[in-house]
Amino acid sequence: MVIAATSLDEASAWAAASAVPDPEVPCVTVADLGILRWIRVDNDVAIAGVSPTYSGCPAVLAIELAVEAALRDAGFEPRVERVLSPPWTTDWITSEGREKLRAYGIAPPQDSTGSKRALFGDVAVTCPRCGSHDTEKISEFGSTACKAQYRCSACSEPFDYFKCI
Amino acid sequence: MGLFNAVIELADDHLVLGHRVSEWCGHAPMLEEDLALPNMALDLIGTAQTLYDHAGTLEGTGRDADALAYLRGEREYRNCLLVERPNRDFAHTMLRQLYFAAFMEPYWQRAIDHPDPVIRGVAGKASKEMAYHIRHTGEWVIRLGDGTDESAQRMQDAVDALHNYTDELFEEGSAQDGLPGRAQIRADWDDTIDHVFEEARLTRPATTFPQTGGRDGRHGEGLGHMLAVMQSVHRAHPGASW
Repeated sequence: MVIAATSLDEASAWAAASAVPDPEVPCVTVADLGILRWIRVDNDVAIAGVSPTYSGCPAVLAIELAVEAALRDAGFEPRVERVLSPPWTTDWITSEGREKLRAYGIAPPQDSTGSKRALFGDVAVTCPRCGSHDTEKISEFGSTACKAQYRCSACSEPFDYFKCI
Repeated sequence: MGLFNAVIELADDHLVLGHRVSEWCGHAPMLEEDLALPNMALDLIGTAQTLYDHAGTLEGTGRDADALAYLRGEREYRNCLLVERPNRDFAHTMLRQLYFAAFMEPYWQRAIDHPDPVIRGVAGKASKEMAYHIRHTGEWVIRLGDGTDESAQRMQDAVDALHNYTDELFEEGSAQDGLPGRAQIRADWDDTIDHVFEEARLTRPATTFPQTGGRDGRHGEGLGHMLAVMQSVHRAHPGASW
């Protein structure tokens, strides 16, 4: 979600903060993921609105500190505001971010299957390496809170799937 | 203080269950579940932390999230008894999680338009996480219930042991301040549980002796032991930082 910057200062603050990589998925930036919500600049103070991906995401603090550091390096006095509402959704990952995830070997989130009735109802996840749809879920939870583990039946490679929430 | 009390009840439910689930870390029956269980625990503890922060603000006496989590004794905890039940075997743990998530998912759905922005934010996030927990644990309850003789027996044992603790989920607190009515969640909860039990070939017992009292601070023996472990470092090193 890109909020149009309204002044030169906000543009430069946005440029600095939006380049911060995600600490757990460093191929994408906080702007690619859509967790950097907005920047407001008041004199020398730059306030960044940042949303957590998951309630218990251990990277939240690291991300907030990194955004602060980036703003400080750009000459601002940084503040970070944690934005809980509306909650972050994988729909906010930009198309550029999705492409970066795929290139990195992580299948980007597909259509929502939020229905709790959909027991055993898996989405057809596309293998990020060979493009096959013949994949199977290994584990609902993966190396980080935002990912599940899949395996491609065509090329036999295991891969991470960025879960759709 | 109405909203403070309601938020504390919710926070205590999430922290106590989150800590219980975290006790599985390194002990799960397979690697995938060793990832799944701490991830579910993180969801719960993360939600609890936001709720405790907010409760501290609502109370306005300077108690922060750490003080509320680590410096209250068991009689001051307001969690329902279901969440403090010991892990026992994997079947018990999966069923306890399903019972809780099947309640919280519709509860948070109904809280999404609450006037308090923190409640709104937690509700939007946690309702999705709870839907995920329902799916994950529901699938396990079905696999085990409709599995081997041994797994089916253990799953049914878990149902028989835990079902008497489910009525307390629907008890209304004294003042809910615009939070969803707990009794109104019953139909949604029944729907989820009946659906899973039917596929799992499990028998849903009648609730013969509903176990309650957690909202008044009357807990089982297990909670005190759990808090002793959970709070020991904070109490031994007050104010420590690293």
